Amino acid sequence: MDNVIGVINLVNEKQYLKELTSHRCLSAVPFGGRYRLIDFIMSNFIHADITKVAVFTKEKYRSIMDHLGSGKEWDLDRRNGGLFILPPTHPDELIKGDLQQFHDHIEFFLRSPEDTVVISPGHHVCKMDFQEIVEYHKESCADITVIYKDFDGEPVDKPIYHKYSIQNDGRVKNIELYTSPEQGESVGLETFVIKKDLLIEIIKTCCENGEYDFLKDGVKANLHHLKVNSYHYKGYFPFIHSISSFYKSNMDFLNPELAQAFFYDTWDIYTKIKHEAPVKYSISSKVSNSLVANGCDIEGTVENSIIFRGVKIRKGAVVKNSIIMQKGEINEGTYVENVITDKQVKITSEQVVIGDSIPRIVKKADVV
Amino acid sequence: MKSKKWIAMLLAGGQGSRLGELTTGLAKPAVPFGGKYRIIDFPLSNCTHSGIDTVGVLTQYQPLVLNHYVGNGRPWDLDRNFGGVSVLPPYQGKDGGEWYAGTANAVYQNIQYIDHYDPEYVLVLSGDHIYKMDYSKMFKYHVEKNAQATIAVIEVPWSEASRFGLMNTDDEDKISEFEEKPADPKSNLASMGVYLFDWKLLKQYLIEDEHDPFSTKDFGKDIIPKILGDGKNLYAYRFEGYWKDVGTVESLWEAHMDLLNDIPGFDLNDPHWKFYAGNANHAPQYISSEANITQSLVNEGCIVHGTINHSVLSYNVHVGKNTTIKDSVIMPNVKIGNNVTINNAIIASDICIEDGAEIGSSSPAAEITVIGDAENISYVATNEKSRIK
Repeated sequence: MDNVIGVINLVNEKQYLKELTSHRCLSAVPFGGRYRLIDFIMSNFIHADITKVAVFTKEKYRSIMDHLGSGKEWDLDRRNGGLFILPPTHPDELIKGDLQQFHDHIEFFLRSPEDTVVISPGHHVCKMDFQEIVEYHKESCADITVIYKDFDGEPVDKPIYHKYSIQNDGRVKNIELYTSPEQGESVGLETFVIKKDLLIEIIKTCCENGEYDFLKDGVKANLHHLKVNSYHYKGYFPFIHSISSFYKSNMDFLNPELAQAFFYDTWDIYTKIKHEAPVKYSISSKVSNSLVANGCDIEGTVENSIIFRGVKIRKGAVVKNSIIMQKGEINEGTYVENVITDKQVKITSEQVVIGDSIPRIVKKADVV
Repeated sequence: MKSKKWIAMLLAGGQGSRLGELTTGLAKPAVPFGGKYRIIDFPLSNCTHSGIDTVGVLTQYQPLVLNHYVGNGRPWDLDRNFGGVSVLPPYQGKDGGEWYAGTANAVYQNIQYIDHYDPEYVLVLSGDHIYKMDYSKMFKYHVEKNAQATIAVIEVPWSEASRFGLMNTDDEDKISEFEEKPADPKSNLASMGVYLFDWKLLKQYLIEDEHDPFSTKDFGKDIIPKILGDGKNLYAYRFEGYWKDVGTVESLWEAHMDLLNDIPGFDLNDPHWKFYAGNANHAPQYISSEANITQSLVNEGCIVHGTINHSVLSYNVHVGKNTTIKDSVIMPNVKIGNNVTINNAIIASDICIEDGAEIGSSSPAAEITVIGDAENISYVATNEKSRIK
């Protein structure tokens, strides 16, 4: 789509994933054996031919910059358009809200000839067809289209989701900020389609008035004099807001039907290529119901687990119901169950590492 | 414009007729290898790791796949402003044009390309070998020996020596004689098809050879013997490590089997010497609870429900339930149904094997079965050893 800018908004990210986000932003968290969360929105944009993508980063964005690079894995290394990484311009000051950061980079919007902007967070695992959504937005002549889903996630212990009241004609009647939704209630996915000129106007007006939150001050405050329409997203979409929901949504991909539908029957999910060799299975390896990425060397037993790129599982080691992130090393005779190990974790030989219903996390590069 | 110290010319025009149906639609260097690579990835990756940033790839036979694959050289870090990779097919000039008549003629026709970079040395490589080689060590040796041409050699078992082009050398490894596949070998130093030349010298010999009506215009048969005959400084560089010519079905299959031992003959997974490949984005592989995989290499994009033993599965291979694959090589995008048995076989890309098929023989003496072309299944059906429903 020629006339659309994709904005990936990392300014509102929360630290839901504790240790996994202690040194990286939420969108950079590894997912599904070889991806980072941001790969899904990036690939969805590319699938919709959105070839100008701006990533507004807030903090701990080294790994996301390293991951995205020049954008070439997503074909975003372009002469026209391509990838823009737009970090905070005043790193010493606290960012008051996403509108402030949009304002600090308003030149980006002013210079862009495109007329429509899609705004999305960077951590959603889904296959959202933005071509269809933007067409829907244009046909309905809405000023803003918000995307929502019926809540089907794990109960939240803190009010973190925004509930939408939708009229029969699809117009948004009210937005309740920061709620703990019940199953089936309409929850906003912080994903919007908006005319670029209107976005610029909202950015300028709000910031002049000391208002800095796009959803609250730009959308909710304008519900009465703008046409704010809604798009009901019904596809697979895990609500990730805790370690256990993160763990569960990874494990969802051990369901072959979902994996088939998600990875093979629709468009590809692109990620940074590492040029790892195919997985090597030895004479003693036993793997069942697992996802395994390249560069792994598997001599031990793996059950119901997700094994990222470059992991070594040595002889006699057993890994069950676990997520082993990149370059992990599980040594001889070690038993690992219900555990998430971050990147480059080494578990020495003859250890027993077991989590309970909420998986145990082993921090990046730790040696156990 | 600055000149290059050295550049590489990669001979990738061969048909690879001894690979049979595997090269019906693509050139030998484009044949898939090792579950995710094509044969040409090995010399190209070696060039990158050896510090060579300019590579001319000489193509001729079925170049479509190869041209598309090499592209601008991005997977191998060979997308450069000055240098990088160039695909060099035969071309039409003012005085007409002609096909590449031999390996030497192919380089001869591209003298202009080489002169554009004004290199001191030219490395000539072939696109049909699997090996990991740091050409910069050979380069250092070439300079130290004050050689005018250096040929990389590898010691082969005496019993097999007569299959190779052999170098007879003196104590200093200066080459005194070159024999192509002699019945009674005097040496077991086999040429690896890796030549390093002083460019001025090579250019002169290429021009002379081009005007020799009796020449077959081949490096091994013509250029090397002529340089040797003129008493030039021609040295053998002894390479130690894995090297395999994968020009036949048997050797291609063997090279795959060499990847599978717990301590492999050839390690693809060396973090300091990765082999780069194009088309590298696929979902992680899914191994189901019915699956059983041992001593195998399995690439991303695979979905495995069956038993895989001592085999290589390339990307996007799907294996159904109760299917057994042993001692076999499955090339990319092959879909294999349920209750299939495959032994000692190579299955070429994009083939669909239906439920219940039996392919290949488990007898150790059996030849390798090749399923090379979806339209050619009758070939397999008439083969007593195999049956496809």
